[in-house]
Amino acid sequence: MTGTPAVEGFFDPEAQALIGSKCTGCGTYAFPARQGFCPNPHCGSDTVDLVPLSRTGKIWSYTSASYQPPPPFVPADPFVPFFILAVELAAEGLVVLGQAVAGTDAQDLRVGRDVEVVTDVLFTEDGENKLVWKFKLVEATK
Amino acid sequence: MTEPKRVAVLGVGMHPWGKWGRNFVEYGVAAARAALEDAGVAWPQVDLVAGADTIRNGYPGFIAGATFAQALGFTGSRVSSSYAACASGAQAIANARAQILAGLSEVALVVGADTTPKGFFAPVGGNRTDDPDWLRFHLLGATNPTYFGLYARRRMERFGSTAEDFASVKVKNARHGAANPNARYRKQVTIEEVLASPMVADPLHLQEICATSDGGAALILSSVEFAKAHGIKPLVTIDAVSTVTPVYPNTTIEMPNFATDSSAAVPLPKMGFRPSITAAIYEEAGIGPKDLSMAEVYDLSTALELDWYEDLGLCGEGEAEQLLRSGATTVGGRIPVNPSGGLASFGEAIPAQAIAQVVESVLQLRGEAHGRQIEGARVAITANQGLFGHGSSVLLRR
Ligand SMILES: [Zn+2]
Repeated sequence: MTGTPAVEGFFDPEAQALIGSKCTGCGTYAFPARQGFCPNPHCGSDTVDLVPLSRTGKIWSYTSASYQPPPPFVPADPFVPFFILAVELAAEGLVVLGQAVAGTDAQDLRVGRDVEVVTDVLFTEDGENKLVWKFKLVEATK
Repeated sequence: MTEPKRVAVLGVGMHPWGKWGRNFVEYGVAAARAALEDAGVAWPQVDLVAGADTIRNGYPGFIAGATFAQALGFTGSRVSSSYAACASGAQAIANARAQILAGLSEVALVVGADTTPKGFFAPVGGNRTDDPDWLRFHLLGATNPTYFGLYARRRMERFGSTAEDFASVKVKNARHGAANPNARYRKQVTIEEVLASPMVADPLHLQEICATSDGGAALILSSVEFAKAHGIKPLVTIDAVSTVTPVYPNTTIEMPNFATDSSAAVPLPKMGFRPSITAAIYEEAGIGPKDLSMAEVYDLSTALELDWYEDLGLCGEGEAEQLLRSGATTVGGRIPVNPSGGLASFGEAIPAQAIAQVVESVLQLRGEAHGRQIEGARVAITANQGLFGHGSSVLLRR
């Protein structure tokens, strides 16, 4: 997938992983990454590392964007409805939002299903792909 | 238990909700004048104007307190302006109450009003890559209904709620709102009509998601001593106000964030954010859910009203659908919820909404809510939550 992130700093398009922060003091994660301070009120550390987050998680909930969202969303023309998933990353204790990849079937969405983080095109600007993280269902192993 | 820190509600006023397309200042002034008249107070007697801000109407919206004070005619009163998204009104109430209790103000005007665009709420313009509200629209296309849909689906998965359960909330609130002259939508609906409206954020349909409205609401607050000397109608007091933040880690996905806090290293708090808002007010007022006569809650979606039943302690977790079906939350039932018609009948005029919840509570407690009156109402609670972690709850008593 060639292109550049629509906004820098949220994910690594090569590694197909979200980038969060991890506090060097207490181990608390944050996404988006916190710059320079830990969100844990009992910590007070101002040193955090940038770390890739788990590439897989479980659906916590899901919904559809059946109508075209307003700017600064950049819609396809014509607008194609899509799904938005809230996905639980167990190791980090986070629930993260992301679009489901195009072609995801409503019938296949279920709370608790496994998904993986993938790099995908958010929109195209002057012929260049603007990239974002999305979630893709992991095929159930038989 | 310490005595509640009471202030009196001398007067209430509203500008009807709708899509009027006029300047928000007009609605605020109309609401303020109605509240002054209801209170029997002349504008120059007001020594504090506490405005609830709107970010949509340019600089006058950011400084709502001064904007309304100027529109009513500057008198040299104290002034404050509060922004806390949907909880802005509660912050303005909290500010006025604190100044009255501190003896810094005797009679205060609390006022909020908004003029809204058509369609989804959108963030402030520009290329603001450090603003989570901008980012969620840009990177995810996540509108406010996205979050409502996520909560609704979660509720279905956890408790087996049905589409009909959610639609029944709208049917109830539309019935209440039909009797409210300040409501924007005054037509009763059926479950079938709700479910036939277009899907917006699965599993929620258009008629299950609150619209955006123009409107204004105002209160005249005073010390209890002033109210008694003034000799008003049935004395209604604000006994407690909750404006708390969440406790870290908040593991519910909240607007406008695109991730929750992390529970990896810090133990979960005793309760989630919404229940903590009302726990704080019950503790401050020294009462519990059993003492309530009614509740006005923020039904941004039909499903969210059911979440509030549980967060208010009106029933146990997973029991809200049963409470709704029993008729308990309809006017005439044990604990009516949203007798005003709620956001379902009003649509959201953000800075006015938490104030409007208090207006309805006062009308009910005074016995003036014609056509939707809860007999013998004594104690009312309002509950709401503003973007970014603003709790909002007001407890009133007659
Ligand atoms: Zn830390």
